[in-house]
Amino acid sequence: MPAFSDLANAVVSGVLTGTVYGLMALGLSAIFGVIKLVNFAHGELMTLAMYAAVVASERLSLDPFVTMIGAAALFAALGYALQRGFINRFVRRPEHSQMLLMIALAMIIGNLLLLGFGPDARGVQTSYQLDSFQLGFLLLDKVRVYAAGAAVVATGVLAAFFRLTLTGKAIRACADNPLGARVAGLPLGHLYAVTFGVGAASVAVAGCAMVPLIDVTPGLGPVYTLLAFVIVILGGLGSMVGALLGGVVIGVSEALAGLLIAPSAKSMVSFGLLVLILLVRPRGLMGPVRR
Amino acid sequence: MTAVRRRGRVALIGAVVALAIALPFVANSYILSVVTLALYLAYAGQAWNVMMGFAGQLSLGHSLYVGLGAYASAGLFSHFQIGPWAGVWLAIILCTAAGAFIGALAFRLRISGVQLSLLTIAFAELARIGFDHLDWLGGPGGLFLRVAERNSVDLLGFRGPPAMYYYTILVLVGGALGLCSWLFRRRAGYYWRAIREDEAAAQSLGIDVFRWKLYAVALSSAMTAVAGVFFAFYYNNLFPEQIFSFGRSIEIILGPVVGGVGTLLGPIVGAGAIVVLGDGTTELMNRIGLDIPGGKQVIHGLLLLLVTIYLPEGLWPPLARALGVAPRRL
Repeated sequence: MPAFSDLANAVVSGVLTGTVYGLMALGLSAIFGVIKLVNFAHGELMTLAMYAAVVASERLSLDPFVTMIGAAALFAALGYALQRGFINRFVRRPEHSQMLLMIALAMIIGNLLLLGFGPDARGVQTSYQLDSFQLGFLLLDKVRVYAAGAAVVATGVLAAFFRLTLTGKAIRACADNPLGARVAGLPLGHLYAVTFGVGAASVAVAGCAMVPLIDVTPGLGPVYTLLAFVIVILGGLGSMVGALLGGVVIGVSEALAGLLIAPSAKSMVSFGLLVLILLVRPRGLMGPVRR
Repeated sequence: MTAVRRRGRVALIGAVVALAIALPFVANSYILSVVTLALYLAYAGQAWNVMMGFAGQLSLGHSLYVGLGAYASAGLFSHFQIGPWAGVWLAIILCTAAGAFIGALAFRLRISGVQLSLLTIAFAELARIGFDHLDWLGGPGGLFLRVAERNSVDLLGFRGPPAMYYYTILVLVGGALGLCSWLFRRRAGYYWRAIREDEAAAQSLGIDVFRWKLYAVALSSAMTAVAGVFFAFYYNNLFPEQIFSFGRSIEIILGPVVGGVGTLLGPIVGAGAIVVLGDGTTELMNRIGLDIPGGKQVIHGLLLLLVTIYLPEGLWPPLARALGVAPRRL
């Protein structure tokens, strides 16, 4: 049994990483909750953002936490354009047809990244990489704290957008009742595109925050797509608080599994949790009761 | 069907069969290996199609059954010198059990759609991690079989020249096609189609939906197990990281999706199309001196994208109409 301080450190580091996971899953959750689109290219968008941060760091020596702001804007525009110009035409297709469409997009993005960057892992170097804050016996990696801080701020911005702005409220109306929203005269095509833009922006911020923690490879996409789905299902499809909570649960359980079992057991625990939650509580921790 | 048409169709089928049998005598080893790959994908796709095309249950984790079947037979062979003719039964039993278990869990708890797809992925991933830790079967370092003697045919040990593997997979594809087209006309085919189109309506007509969905998963996983055994003895090396990967599951569904989900010949036509386009382009690129990793997958992705957008029912149904043969939808 590891010492209590090791356990506590693992839990705290898990919470910090989990917050970033939560932000990533939040994007997926918004896209699924509103557009009812199963975004199988989510992890590929994340990988794309991570490579953007790597390139910005290598070419322009920009810190990933600065790149984050530009990447968010860029991905929002990209997401908007993708949904408006392309995916909107397929929102009435059957679910499996949409899934295949997104899988095709994911294959193309992932393998274009492989073409462009090669199979080797890439990372960013920051001056504060090895520094940490000390709080009693807790040692907090600076990067992890910054990453979690950025994720919390981004989540706050998202929550404010969905709660306070008129567009945000309109999007929630669409999620609630698309037909009613259309009857009320809401421009569904535009609002769906904004939602996908918001989802892409959150995954961009999450990707930039993740790069200092984890090296990126082109094959990472499916891993993150699956992780995001696990988190969203754990938290409850369509629930924003649930996505964040699910992220933290996964982050902590990964960290504990890494400490107590073996580092390679990490993903086993998250997939085990997925199976468990699907069997025990299919609506997730915070999901709405199915009507 | 008029007599002329029937005669034309018999002639067409005869020509295809004759060409398939003659192929190892006329084609070089590269062509033969590409066609073998296409037939392997056609067979695995046909197996997947039983679950999705017949019964409408989308599995995105069929690499689980390929891997399980491959490891079961290869493990028996490398540890106990038990050949694949016995090993294939263990593979079928294991995969049917795994499929029935997952199906029973999912269908009893009424998991469907996205959640079912994710559950199938999760089980494939769990198997991948599990086999990574199973040192008895090589772990992450891989399991290797004695490479086949290319000059002599050892049917009992299933070791031999490429043509032997080619004929085996050809027979498997023919068998799977025969089985599916037989089921199409039986009660099972009608029940499955009814469930696919409207589960509640099927249930109200007295179909035991749970049981028939379970049959579809069990049959699909059993058929996929045989694909796994073939894979193990044809390629001779198994890595959990590769064989259980999500990418492998997608590779399996490409053929039927591109060819036409729920059609009898779709998986074969689709597998042919993706292999010809994917490997053909890669080969052309290599000829002119370009070696592009991931290029083949980009082409697969583009093909999947274009088919999903423009031909939602797949390549085969419009092709069949153009040829004047009505496509069989299951």
